[in-house]
Amino acid sequence: MAQVSIRNVVKAYEGGVQAVKGIDLEIADHEFVVLVGPSGCGKSTTLRMVAGLEEITSGEIAIGGTVVNDIPPRDRDIAMVFQNYALYPHMSVFENMAFGLTLRKFPKDEIKRRVDNAARILDITPLLERKPKALSGGQRQRVAMGRAIVRDPKVFLFDEPLSNLDAKLRVQMRTEIKKVHQTVKTTTVYVTHDQVEAMTLADRVVVMNHGIIEQVGPPQELYHRPATRFVAGFIGSPAMNFIPARVENGSGALRLNLPNGIVLPVPADRTARYGAAAGKEMIFGIRPEHLTEPKNLDRDNIATFELTPEVIEPMGMETLVHLWLQGAEVCSRIDPTTPAEPGRPMQVAADLNHMHLIDPQSGRVL
Amino acid sequence: MSGASIAGGENAALGLYHKAGSIKRERRWALIGAYIALAVFVVFFMFPPFHMLITSLKSSAEIADLQGNPWIVRSPTLENYRDLLTNGNYVLHFRNSVIVTIAVVAITMVISTLAAFALARMRFWGSAALATGVFLTYLVPETLLFIPLFQIIGGMGLYNNLLAMILIYPTLTVPFCTWIMIGYFASIPKELDEAALIDGANHFQMLWKIFIPVALPGILAATIFAFTVSWAQFLYPMAFLVSSENMVLTVGIVSDLIRGDTFQWGKIMAGALMAAAPPLLVYAFLMDYYIAGLTAGATKG
Repeated sequence: MAQVSIRNVVKAYEGGVQAVKGIDLEIADHEFVVLVGPSGCGKSTTLRMVAGLEEITSGEIAIGGTVVNDIPPRDRDIAMVFQNYALYPHMSVFENMAFGLTLRKFPKDEIKRRVDNAARILDITPLLERKPKALSGGQRQRVAMGRAIVRDPKVFLFDEPLSNLDAKLRVQMRTEIKKVHQTVKTTTVYVTHDQVEAMTLADRVVVMNHGIIEQVGPPQELYHRPATRFVAGFIGSPAMNFIPARVENGSGALRLNLPNGIVLPVPADRTARYGAAAGKEMIFGIRPEHLTEPKNLDRDNIATFELTPEVIEPMGMETLVHLWLQGAEVCSRIDPTTPAEPGRPMQVAADLNHMHLIDPQSGRVL
Repeated sequence: MSGASIAGGENAALGLYHKAGSIKRERRWALIGAYIALAVFVVFFMFPPFHMLITSLKSSAEIADLQGNPWIVRSPTLENYRDLLTNGNYVLHFRNSVIVTIAVVAITMVISTLAAFALARMRFWGSAALATGVFLTYLVPETLLFIPLFQIIGGMGLYNNLLAMILIYPTLTVPFCTWIMIGYFASIPKELDEAALIDGANHFQMLWKIFIPVALPGILAATIFAFTVSWAQFLYPMAFLVSSENMVLTVGIVSDLIRGDTFQWGKIMAGALMAAAPPLLVYAFLMDYYIAGLTAGATKG
């Protein structure tokens, strides 16, 4: 087991296209780190550079303190789980899991012990004699994980391992992966485009976009204190509402002028933080759960105003209301028992304790 | 099905029966059509072997006799077969063909497997052009090649030598087999090599333990091709082999059993039939493996 260090790593392809534009990341021993971002953000490329499947254009990657730039994949002591499983079709489950150990000339009984152990962890003992084609998607994914576990490597690498599974199985395997990590505690780097997977699995989430790291942090921190507009919009579903707002200074207190003539008072404890934005056009960000019916918010810094619902989406445990606002569509999360219908104006309350103010030029959250 | 129909309501049962009946009828007509087409093919293609068989069972006198029905063997005899196997060089020709074919298939498979693996998976400068080039060489007809080859073979002192066949046949088999296997290897998902690399395989182990087993249907297809080409090759042995004891079956039969304008039809047919047996055996044996789709289950799907 080991830590992984990524230092100023760049990946450029022929023709000068940069997939990864100089990223730094320290991953601690036993840590579960998820790289998340839209397709083409460089997350898979980064993972493949750690695996040794892509060459590093410049910078340095170290695993367990050893720089691995020029070390081939087989000597990096890593194991990887692929999106399409990549099981060897002509080998049984046992042989698939044992392959890496056989190549490394482990004794037979040691191989058997390790495979049996991994099969027990993953609950695939009855499948050991089967060929991959006789397995379901979820079972194949387990075998792919088993192949990684038996090696007892320094680092696990997962490349979108759940993307080929149907929604229900994906949730189930997500829990499974977390369980496995809690059991074997191997340092893990996990790539996904699904922010829910990232939030649920990670000790720390790394949000990437256009080849750079936007923010690194524990899931809660990313959710509540996003550093950039991209992170604020990417993490959380439904996404954070972004509403154009003009910040105005009025007798020592700041106000936000929103479309539709809505004026929101900035909480007093944020006056200093947002002072520099006074007189500027900014973006007001608020999550749907902090824009709800007034009865759910009973504290300071609540601003109530009236908006008209356009679409109502009942989800069961909650109802999403899409409200019309000039220049922005706004989503609100309300209690399913609260009456709401399209076209009939309703009172909504914004919990300004959870507001964000974003500089549209730099994209930074103030 | 009728039990189920009765169990359902009467209307539903009628509808169901009607639908199922029409599908059944369509299927029956499709089957009848298929059988008719197959029967025509069987008659068409089995006619020459059948003719060979009955001719090989006749004595020379009976073959020459124009009286009576030529489709009936009046006094069947195995004399032609016995004569071929005991007198003359037929057995020697058979042995030569086996030696040449086994050697050529072995050489071809080693070269083209390695070449296809390199061209399909190791990207190097000019690999794409090389892959196309390999195929283009196959398009050059042998009738064009045998004159310059004559000089090369003569220069090497291999004229009238079986070894020449073992050296020349691969020029026909390697390009095409390489081309087939590039296709098969290219269809193996890239993640499979990457998984093998991470599992600790070097390139040779990747080829031996992953690519060859997974692409086995393709390798067998290539093997069958190489075998057929070597076994049936006529022009090169015709051009380069002159003495009977060095000949392979294809030219041996023609040169030994046709003397001037005397055709020993009974023996020719017997010899040709026995010569056709090994390909039949190889096809029958390898076809099952050839068809089995081994890549199923490698990835999703």
